[in-house]
Amino acid sequence: MTSQEILASLQEKFPNEIFELKENVAGPILIVPAKILLDVAYFVRDNERLLFDSLMVLSGVDVADGEKKILEDGSFEYVGGNLASVYHLHSFTHDHKLAIKVIVPKNNPRVPSVETVWRTADYHEREAYDMIGIIYEGHHNLIRILSPYDWEGHPLRKDYKVPEFYHGMKVPY
Amino acid sequence: MPEFKTEELVLNMGPQHPATHGVLRMEVKLDGEVVVDVTPHIGYLHRCFEKHCEVMTYPQVIPYTDRMDYLAAMYMNFGYVEAVEKLMNLEIPERVKYIRVIIGELQRIASHLVAIATFGMDIGAWTPFLYCFRDRERILDLFEMTCGARLLYNYMWVGGVSHDLHPNFIHKCKSFLVDLKKTIAELNDLLSYNKIFIERTANIGILPKDTAINFGATGPVLRGSGVQWDLRKKDPYSIYDRFDFEIVTGKGEHGTVGDCWDRYMVRVREMEQSIRIIEQAIAQIPDGDVTSAIPKRVKPPVGEIYFRVEGPKGELGYYIISDGSVNPFRVKVRAPSFVHLQLLPILCKGHLVADIIANLGSLDIVLGEIDR
Repeated sequence: MTSQEILASLQEKFPNEIFELKENVAGPILIVPAKILLDVAYFVRDNERLLFDSLMVLSGVDVADGEKKILEDGSFEYVGGNLASVYHLHSFTHDHKLAIKVIVPKNNPRVPSVETVWRTADYHEREAYDMIGIIYEGHHNLIRILSPYDWEGHPLRKDYKVPEFYHGMKVPY
Repeated sequence: MPEFKTEELVLNMGPQHPATHGVLRMEVKLDGEVVVDVTPHIGYLHRCFEKHCEVMTYPQVIPYTDRMDYLAAMYMNFGYVEAVEKLMNLEIPERVKYIRVIIGELQRIASHLVAIATFGMDIGAWTPFLYCFRDRERILDLFEMTCGARLLYNYMWVGGVSHDLHPNFIHKCKSFLVDLKKTIAELNDLLSYNKIFIERTANIGILPKDTAINFGATGPVLRGSGVQWDLRKKDPYSIYDRFDFEIVTGKGEHGTVGDCWDRYMVRVREMEQSIRIIEQAIAQIPDGDVTSAIPKRVKPPVGEIYFRVEGPKGELGYYIISDGSVNPFRVKVRAPSFVHLQLLPILCKGHLVADIIANLGSLDIVLGEIDR
């Protein structure tokens, strides 16, 4: 199925929600509202015509579309703006693909966890939480994965500043 | 007789141990000698690859991809450059495509040889390790002849490759393939059908098909569970659709489908298929200039792409977002080992503590690409 057909079947299932199909150089991306993500996930996995049984990758992205504010020490930060959680799906049965993007505001980055739908999301969600700071609600063990468990800040945010000290040790870079 | 007080024991494995295949720490909960739970702790090798990418130009990222799966560095290059080329819509010369396939498949053999060797060694077989590394050495010699490096190559560039094949390459490669076939036969006698090895690996760590798909398993791990899935055939990239080869799957010959032995045997038989691909590619390779299509400036249009290739360890995916500048806005790597490590707890539960090592070895992880 093409992305347009998938969009049509989603719209049919969720008539009151607004989906958007964003054009992109390598296939369109479906923008889904955060609050219905879990329902959409179950629907695309279990619907006979879709059967997206495999989550290829889940990535967190700092969209960095807020207002850039220069601070006194020369560094900068983004005020407002959005974070995004991107899901690339694939169906073994029908051999078609779908990219879903959920955009959430940076000051309240809450996305429902799809860990119960695709178990592979476990580590990916922990990574996105660790690196970008998206909070996956309903994840059974949302702790840091790549950085130390007590690290502060989310390194892949565009305005991330490396802390000067970690446990009293100078961070050299 | 007084009653003994029994309780669960928490055992720490790693982070510095040869059998953990890198810097991996496992927190193992034991009931006697039976594993109750395993929790992998990762991140010891985190080198901020994705953060680095955001401040470098597209070609500058390539050497960093080498260092992810350092046992299959060529294939890491391969996936990345193909992704960028797809994003830029760049057409590359025929000769380059063939060189990439030949080098890529040699790298797959080298990676599988290490996987098989270390798996055998973890179980207790020392001799096959030496046989495998002897043959891997010859692949590294071929790579050294091609680009000068033996482990981290930076060989495949966006639009081409850094050097053309050495005039002696084809001849040496052919003679290597002839010898490798003998080694595989020898390896099967020594290890694959060895009674002790089968006892240790058959019926251990059984991964059912549905679980494998739901957990995102790919590559030899998924094929070991009996799923006919290979991106080289099912979602062809580069020129893999021109070659004749088979998808090898686990059949449960000595136990149940999806056990450690099946995952191991898929790798052995995949080497034979890789030999077939290389032989066909060598027969067809055209002449041409390998550097002619390398762009002066790599500047993809605004957009994003998720591109995946069949790496030696599984589906290797690059999710690249371009904002139209010379630096990537975001690069996320879907590393196969990262996904496969999640399987370890469910594979180990209920088995003995010694089987953790067998399970870990059969997943064939590399911590370089898990921690990135």
